[in-house]
Amino acid sequence: MQHLAILPIILPLLTGALLLLPPFSTTLARQRIFAIASFAVQIVVAALLLIQTNDQGTTQYILGNWQAPFGIVLVADSMSTLLVLLCVFLAFCAHLYGCAGDDKEGAYFHPLFMFQVMGINGAFLTGDAFNLFVFFEVLLIASYALLIHGGGKQKTQATMHYVILNLVGSSVFLFGLGILYGTLGTLNMADMAAKVSTLDESNAILAEIGASMLLVVFGLKSALLPLQFWLPRTYASASAPVAAIFAIMTKVGIYSIFRVHIMIFGDHAGELANMAQAWLWPLALLTICIGTIGAFAAPTLKLLVANMVVLSAGSLLVCAAMQSEEATGAALYYLLHSTVITAGLFLVADIISKQRGKAEDRFVRSKALKQPVILGIAFAMGAIGLVGMPPLSGFVGKILILQAAQSTAEMIWVWPIMLISSLAALISLSRAGTTLFWRHSGGVQDDAPIATNIQLIAVFLLMAASPLLVLFGGPIVEIAQHAANGLHDPNQSVFPLLPSIQTGGAQ
Amino acid sequence: MEGLYAFCVGILTACGIFLTMRGRSFSVVVGLTMLSYAVNLFLFASGRLRLDAAAVLGQSESYSDPLPQALVLTAIVIGFAMTAFAVILAMRARADLGNDHVDGRLPPPPETRKTGKQGGQR
Repeated sequence: MQHLAILPIILPLLTGALLLLPPFSTTLARQRIFAIASFAVQIVVAALLLIQTNDQGTTQYILGNWQAPFGIVLVADSMSTLLVLLCVFLAFCAHLYGCAGDDKEGAYFHPLFMFQVMGINGAFLTGDAFNLFVFFEVLLIASYALLIHGGGKQKTQATMHYVILNLVGSSVFLFGLGILYGTLGTLNMADMAAKVSTLDESNAILAEIGASMLLVVFGLKSALLPLQFWLPRTYASASAPVAAIFAIMTKVGIYSIFRVHIMIFGDHAGELANMAQAWLWPLALLTICIGTIGAFAAPTLKLLVANMVVLSAGSLLVCAAMQSEEATGAALYYLLHSTVITAGLFLVADIISKQRGKAEDRFVRSKALKQPVILGIAFAMGAIGLVGMPPLSGFVGKILILQAAQSTAEMIWVWPIMLISSLAALISLSRAGTTLFWRHSGGVQDDAPIATNIQLIAVFLLMAASPLLVLFGGPIVEIAQHAANGLHDPNQSVFPLLPSIQTGGAQ
Repeated sequence: MEGLYAFCVGILTACGIFLTMRGRSFSVVVGLTMLSYAVNLFLFASGRLRLDAAAVLGQSESYSDPLPQALVLTAIVIGFAMTAFAVILAMRARADLGNDHVDGRLPPPPETRKTGKQGGQR
């Protein structure tokens, strides 16, 4: 289908707008059903889009029929469509969980959630650097409202920091884009990639400054080391479905780093080839370290999982720093795995904290959980997945990353840090599990809410993705590797998207 | 013209960054506004500054680049909306947390700090 590429943006936009209008705005039940149905349709659309791009190769959707370097385009390649599918699946599960009661805490939960998904999908699909900024703002303003949804002191405080940091980040983003437009004369990503190698020396320095500013912004979004301090508290204070959907927000930043600093400023960028690598190497490795230390020091389960988000962001950025096709493929697989698992654990942490009364999810002795078995299974699946122990997908993901480190210098740095961080994650997660499930004073909190079936379905849908990622590991790794090859090869990711330039070259 | 323009953008950015690093939410919001002004001017200049040049082909001898103007329009709208949100959030934080510090709690007042210092000297 010709218009498939724009549907992941249009559908949430229309659903969100309709949810604000009378037949749906009046009752919560109608909103829930309509939103869930919409997400189900979006999953089908995203799956169709993924199949279509794998059959036909990269497709370009030219909005308003303006030719490629001049107008705005959407680019559906294997990488972006894979991530769109991940996003709508995650949103479906998180939203399902939210329908069990979290949406009652404030107004407009459902429309905001839709706009959030629209922003994330748009950021994945767009082929235009300025449009990337616009979709970042769409997903950010929805996330501000979702973060403070429900209110409370802790949320207000965390939102304040989050909003201010991201507003400064947006300014830096625009400065970077301005510099790049001033030097390259284009904002179409494929066109930028084609032109960056032709820059003369004085312009190349300016372009490097612009690209470095973009790296700062994406680093802020993806929790790269000096810019990650906002993340744990923000994620820990968000309500459960919001924290779950936020698990993919750091990945938007990582995706942008792949898109901009590997596709545009990658191997083929002439003087600026691999300009981000020197920064990414040490910072990514240190991000893993700080995530590990944070996980050790975390006093609550939500903070622990939030620090695991930092840790996985570090692992993904190491792959970005390696700048090889294998590493990018490994990163894509690990990204799929870590997003669903951390999102699932945020939901589990919420159920646990509601059943433990005043102790919430702090690691202290308290009353026993009401549903220790089923929650224990969910927690164990998540923990094993995150640590990277054999039966689940974390193991495959980590093996792929370790294999991607090929030269000795890379191995010396990546192997010990990845392995030690996994050990540390094992220790802190097993400490968390034993405290939460076994160290209790016997009695059960009587008025503690039991997790509803909808909540458990949402949790286990996310957790089930992990064994499925192993069972269908072969094809999924193949798709990820195919997407990575497409990103690294300008003959697939750049030149087919610029028909006018290609014909110009032929004449 | 370019020098003056660059100077203005630079001053606005510097003031914006300085104010953003202050502790009170009011000055932070003002700082963010200044930063967004600076960004808008900067984006406008990324298409090069030209006099007597319309952004339409065939209307004047030389023409200026229309794209940065479109980008600036978008950036102004987004920046304005974000600033409005930040103002409301700052007011909400003032009401919820009882003070207007961005950390949600005031640093210890100067008197106690002074006495603390004196205590330390003794």
